[in-house]
Amino acid sequence: MRRSPELTSGQTTGTGKAGVGEPAAGPRAVETRTVGDDVPRSVTRIGPGSTWGSTVGEAWRHRELLYFLVWRDLKARYRQTIVGAAWAVVQPLTLMLVFSLFVGIVLHVPSDGVPYPVFAFAGLLPWNFFSQSILRGSESLVGQTNLVSKVYVPRLILPVAATGSFLLDFLISFVVLGGMMLYYGLAPSAEILWLPVVILLLLGTTIAVGTFLAALNVKYRDVRAAVPVLTQVWFFATPVAYPASLVPEKWRLLYDLNPMVGAVDGFRWALLPTDTAPLASMAIAAAVVPLLLLLSLAYFRRVDRTFADII
Amino acid sequence: MSIAVRAEGLSKQYRLGISVQGRLSEAIAAAVQRPVKSLRSSLEDPGYLWALKDVSFEVQKGEVVGFMGRNGAGKTTLLKILSRITEPTAGYAEIDGRVGSLIEVGSGFHSDLTGRENVYLYGAVLGMRGNEVRRKFDEIVSFAEVERFIDTPVKRYSSGMYMRLAFAVAAHLEPEILIVDEVLAVGDLAFQQKCLGKMRETATGGRTVLFVSHNTAAVTSLCQRAYLLEAGRIVDSGAADAVVERYIETTQAKQLVPVRERTDRAGDGSVRITSVEIADAAGETISSSSQVRVELTYESDRELRQPRFLVTIHDENYHWAFYRLDTDAEPGLPDVLPARGTLVCVTDPINLTAGVCGLKVAVWRAGTLADQVEYAGSFTVYADDFYSTGRVPDRSKAVGLIRHEWGLSQ
Repeated sequence: MRRSPELTSGQTTGTGKAGVGEPAAGPRAVETRTVGDDVPRSVTRIGPGSTWGSTVGEAWRHRELLYFLVWRDLKARYRQTIVGAAWAVVQPLTLMLVFSLFVGIVLHVPSDGVPYPVFAFAGLLPWNFFSQSILRGSESLVGQTNLVSKVYVPRLILPVAATGSFLLDFLISFVVLGGMMLYYGLAPSAEILWLPVVILLLLGTTIAVGTFLAALNVKYRDVRAAVPVLTQVWFFATPVAYPASLVPEKWRLLYDLNPMVGAVDGFRWALLPTDTAPLASMAIAAAVVPLLLLLSLAYFRRVDRTFADII
Repeated sequence: MSIAVRAEGLSKQYRLGISVQGRLSEAIAAAVQRPVKSLRSSLEDPGYLWALKDVSFEVQKGEVVGFMGRNGAGKTTLLKILSRITEPTAGYAEIDGRVGSLIEVGSGFHSDLTGRENVYLYGAVLGMRGNEVRRKFDEIVSFAEVERFIDTPVKRYSSGMYMRLAFAVAAHLEPEILIVDEVLAVGDLAFQQKCLGKMRETATGGRTVLFVSHNTAAVTSLCQRAYLLEAGRIVDSGAADAVVERYIETTQAKQLVPVRERTDRAGDGSVRITSVEIADAAGETISSSSQVRVELTYESDRELRQPRFLVTIHDENYHWAFYRLDTDAEPGLPDVLPARGTLVCVTDPINLTAGVCGLKVAVWRAGTLADQVEYAGSFTVYADDFYSTGRVPDRSKAVGLIRHEWGLSQ
C-alpha cells in the first residue's frame, strides 16, 4: 500500500544540473554543504522507500548533531542537581555495597580470585552503562516526538545519542574503579590490551538493543513497561553479581549467547587479575553482536519511514 | 533559470483510526487475518484518506511560491514530504539545494538549557555546522532581541521570546530552499514584520522560498506565484494575487451554500447542524456595540446526552478566531437535549471594528466530533459611534474596540 511499483528505487542522486530530471543510479549523496562551500551540487530525490544509505549514511553525515544531543543530555541531566555528575558514581557504588554485603558476605559467592567489592563494581560498570542506555534509548523516539515529526533529523541518531550520554558516566565510574584497584593493590596486566575489544562488544550490544527497542516503542508502547522487566531478567543472565564459572557447563553455550556475558566478564578479565579467561564467551559475543546490530538496523530501517505518521 | 523543486505525482495516504498504533496483541491478530484482508484492495477501504493526491509542480530557483488552502487541504503534509519528515506513498520530488524547513518553530529546543545552548542545539538540529552557528551567533541573538536573557534557561522565557529565538536561528540557516509553514503567527506584529522582511531578504538573495499560509496578505506581499490546495489536490495556480483572490472567492461562495446542503463537513454525522443564523439581539443591523444572538438548529436520530456545541467567530479569511461561543465554557444548557432543536445564544456587545466576520460551527457528542462545518456563514459588522466621538478605527487598524480613559499622571 505504501509503495508504488514503478518507484521502488527510493532516493537516488543525480549530479549537476543535467541530473535534475533524470535520477542517476548509485548511492544517494544528500547535500549537507554550507552555502558557499565548493562541494559539487547534488539533487535529493524524495520517494517511497528508504535505502540503507539513507538510514546509516544520513546519520553519519549528521554526526555533529549527535555530539550536540549527547551534550544536551548531559547538561540537562545534571543541571539543578547538587552533586551533579557524582550521581554517575553514587548508583554503582551503592549497588556494589549492597552486593558485597548480601552476595559476597552473606552468600559467600566466589569472585574469580579478586576481592568481591572490586569484582562487583567492575561488573556493575558495563552493566549500568548497558541498562541505563537501553532504557533511555527505548524512549529516545517517543520521548522526542517533536524531533521526529516536526523537523528532519536522521532518526537513527536519537537512540545512539541516548547511549552516548552514559559514556561519560561510564568514564567517571572508571576513575573510581581505578581508585578501588589501587586500594586493594590490584594492578592490570597485559590483558588490558583487550579492553578496546571488550568496550566495542559492550557498545555494539547497547546500540543494537537500544535502537531496536526505540523503533519498536514507536509502534508498540508495551515496550515502555517491558524494558524494566527485560533489564531485570537480563541482569540475572549476566555475570555481574556472580562469576560466570558458577554456570553449569551444559548451560554454558546458551548462557554465552547473551553478548553481555562476554562484555562484562571480558571487561573484568581485561582489568583485574582474575583467575579466568573468558575468551570463549568473548568470541561468541563477537559473532552475536554484529548479527544483533544488523537485525536491529534492518528493523529500524524498515519502520523509519513510518515514524512520523504513527508516533 | 533552473529548477529548485520539482514534484511529480506526489501522493500521501493515511490510515484513519487508531489501528496503525497497535499493540502487540493486535499485530498478532492482524498477521493471522492478513491472508483474508489482502483479498480486498486496501486502497478502496474507506478507512484510508489521501491527504495528498497527484500533486505536481515546479519551482524555479529564486522564486517565492505560496501554498494556500484551508485546514486539512494537505499543505502541511506537502511540506513534511518536501522536508523529508515523512515519505510519500507514491510519486516523487527532486530538490536541488540545501533545504531549511520550519514546520514548527522551536522543535528541538530543550527547556532546561539556556538560550545560548539552545541556539547551538537547534542550529545542529536544523543541520547547521557548529562554526556556522558560532559565526552568526551575535546576529541571531540581536535579531531575536534576547541579548539580556541569553544565559537564562529558556523555560523562564516568555513564549514570545522563545519563539523569537527559535525563528532567529532558523532564519539564519541560509538554506538555498526555505520551507516555511505558517510560522508568522509567531510573536507580536513588529516581529512578524521582521520575519517577513528576513524572508524577503532570503528571496532576493536568489534563494527559493516555499511558503504555506492562510494569511492572504502575507502571501500576496511575499510571493510571486501561488498554488491553491483543496482536499489534497492542486486546484488552482498562477500569480499570487489572482490565486488569493480566487481563494477568498471560493471561501465566500461556500458561505452562500446553506449549512444544511453543505457536504464538506467533518465528524461522525450522528448530529447534523442544519442552520446557523446570527443577528443583532435587538433586531437592528449588527454594529460594533451590538449584542448578537446566534441561533443554531440541529437534528439527530436520538436525544443528545452531554453534547458540546461550539460557534467560533472569525475574521474574513478565517485566519484568526475572535470569539468562541462554547456550551462547555458558559453552561446553561440542560444535560440532555431533544433529538431536534434550536439553540439560542446571546452575547455581550461584540466590540469589533467594522468588517466582515466568518462563522464556524461544531458539535461534539461524548467527546467525539459529531459534526463540523467551516465557513458556515458570514456577517458584516457596521461601524457605529462606539466612543461617542465620531472617531473609530477600521479593521485595518484594529480588530477590537475597548472603551478607555486618558489622563495625565499626578
